[in-house]
Amino acid sequence: MELLRLATAGSVDDGKSTLIGRLLYDSKQIFEDQLDAVERTSYARGDEYVDLALLTDGLRAEREQGITIDVAHRYFSTPRRKFIIADTPGHVQHTRNMVTGTSTADLVVILVDARNGITEQTRRHAFIASLLRIQHLVICVNKMDLVDYDQRVFEKIREEFQDFATRLEIADLTFIPMSALHGDNVVERSGEMAWYEGSSLLHHLEEVHIASDRNLIDMRFPVQWVVRPRAEAFHDYRGYAGQVAGGVLEVGDEVVVLPSGISTRIEAIDTADGPIREAFPPMSVIVRLADGLDVGRGDMICHARNQPFVGQDLSAMICWMSDNPLRQGQRLSLKHTTRWVRAVVSELHYRLNVNSLHRDQDIETLSLNDIGRVDLRTTVPLFYDEYRQNRTTGSFILVDDATNATVAAGMLRQPQR
Amino acid sequence: MTYQLTHLESLESEAVHIIREVVAEFERPVLLFSGGKDSAVLLHLARKACWPQQIPFPVLHVDTGHNFPEVLAFRDRTVKALDVRLLVASVQAAIDRGDLVEDPAPDATRNRLQTHSLLEAISEHRFDAVLGGGRRDEEKSRAKERIFSFRDEFGQWNPRGQRPELWNLFNGRHRAGEHFRIFPLSNWTELDIWQYVSEEHIELPSIYYAHSREVFRRDNMLLAVGPFTRPRGDIADEEPFLALVRYRTVGDMTCTAAIESSAKGPDEVIMETSVARVSERGATRADDRFSDAAMEDRKREGYF
Repeated sequence: MELLRLATAGSVDDGKSTLIGRLLYDSKQIFEDQLDAVERTSYARGDEYVDLALLTDGLRAEREQGITIDVAHRYFSTPRRKFIIADTPGHVQHTRNMVTGTSTADLVVILVDARNGITEQTRRHAFIASLLRIQHLVICVNKMDLVDYDQRVFEKIREEFQDFATRLEIADLTFIPMSALHGDNVVERSGEMAWYEGSSLLHHLEEVHIASDRNLIDMRFPVQWVVRPRAEAFHDYRGYAGQVAGGVLEVGDEVVVLPSGISTRIEAIDTADGPIREAFPPMSVIVRLADGLDVGRGDMICHARNQPFVGQDLSAMICWMSDNPLRQGQRLSLKHTTRWVRAVVSELHYRLNVNSLHRDQDIETLSLNDIGRVDLRTTVPLFYDEYRQNRTTGSFILVDDATNATVAAGMLRQPQR
Repeated sequence: MTYQLTHLESLESEAVHIIREVVAEFERPVLLFSGGKDSAVLLHLARKACWPQQIPFPVLHVDTGHNFPEVLAFRDRTVKALDVRLLVASVQAAIDRGDLVEDPAPDATRNRLQTHSLLEAISEHRFDAVLGGGRRDEEKSRAKERIFSFRDEFGQWNPRGQRPELWNLFNGRHRAGEHFRIFPLSNWTELDIWQYVSEEHIELPSIYYAHSREVFRRDNMLLAVGPFTRPRGDIADEEPFLALVRYRTVGDMTCTAAIESSAKGPDEVIMETSVARVSERGATRADDRFSDAAMEDRKREGYF
């Protein structure tokens, strides 16, 4: 069975939690005691129907305020796939949570209220999905029951969004009219919208092809941990543990180790279950090399004929996630694959207005939830790819040394000449 | 070759990656081992992540003194087989020292008292990473938990001020006295755990499988007749009877209930779990029934 990770986004009242509650409920993933608790809370509050949002809003403050505060993870499976949902809050001040929940997603579901159409929030969420290189985007036009299941309303929203999406990079865009409250087109096709010929959301999630989304061409193996057992049976054993970040590595492959650049050969690929011939993302394995080299955490193994960029001057898009604004010249810690380096912000180029996609170049700082283009210089070179080529070797985080907080998500671009 | 992992292989690889990040980046990790199925799976994954080395950190059992004897025997057998060091943080010892006061009510649970002993052990041994078997599907407030979950110098969790967690780039930076709770099984469900137990032939305490036991019914749950829980003589419907039962979770004997079952092995448990209509905690844990936010409140204080 295959795993699909999806993130859901929408404005506060678009019915996102209701949709997830409906997916869990209709696919029979909700347990009776959980439903009982929700029913009790709903009726105690005087709701007219069982508020399925209560299934997902787990924190006390969320239930009291009727909002979603933090990314919540939900799990369900069908005979075809297992699904992990990252449910991300929609309000402006929590954009950092959308980035957080979306960073590991294969697919993003954005909810739109059929009565309100495309809003600033919709555009913002779609832009973030595009920025994070999510290949599959599903726009659920929700609350169709409140517009009499009118096809013209749906078509108008679709056209408006498609118009906007021409400026984004989204490979696979799907529109589904639905009523999460009543379950129309969530799990089962709706009887109310005969004019809609597409799939229900669940059917789409089960069928969408995600196997080709990974980069299986450019082999990248960041060394996570050097394995040197102190045991007789493994006396001369020296292996490099890590998770394959791209491509396929095979025993016998000619490789180089960065930063040394020394060439060697893959002698063996080990796992606790025994040796294997090949490894691919996202497998966690141990690589043994033919020559006794000095290799440590943060080094990278790749094919001699296909190497990543190596450099200290980085060009990146970042999403700033701290209350304290980012200034040019600021020094921070940076984590990229398995290594920590120090970095200085050498240039703030522009802030992106995610509604108009306009570039505001006259800036001194980046504030909380701003997305902007920056240049960084690191203390030592990184071995990296463009984020659009590889989400693992193309991403990084920035950490404030005073508070240890994660303050930015970064996506690397091609080095500038 | 299709270069596809199954969902269990993906989850295993993710957990191994997380455990190796802990080994590589933290100075004093520890793994919480209760003898329950989640911690047994976690320990199994730790062994695989560290192979062919020994697990380079100790395991910690927070002992309420109200354990199932089968679970204690399993605990001791397992740490011996893996040659890992077992540390025990004893709630009873803390009560004897007068550091903790027990609820005088009959059949009172020591569940909440565990937090004190856990935090004390963390500070005594200066642990900076505490690996736990918590899963996000267990409970609503757990669904909001990060994989690397920051705890302040008082061991407290602040759900509204969590660090963003991006891609698989975990940020375990902290000051002295602060620590991280690390949850490699975050994305596993109860069913995943059982499927993995079956595929990997992981041994569990015998009480996870059907056995005959004297039980009584309280608040619609089946509690074992034993040294810490016994029927109240004055309540007629607490009449003890013999039943074929198993446990879905294993915790303190005072608040862990059994379910009627004939499942003799993991595959039969999987069959039962696939069609179960009551959640694991709802069926068996009196401690989460107090309120909608019972778990959140305990977690904020520093609970597992």
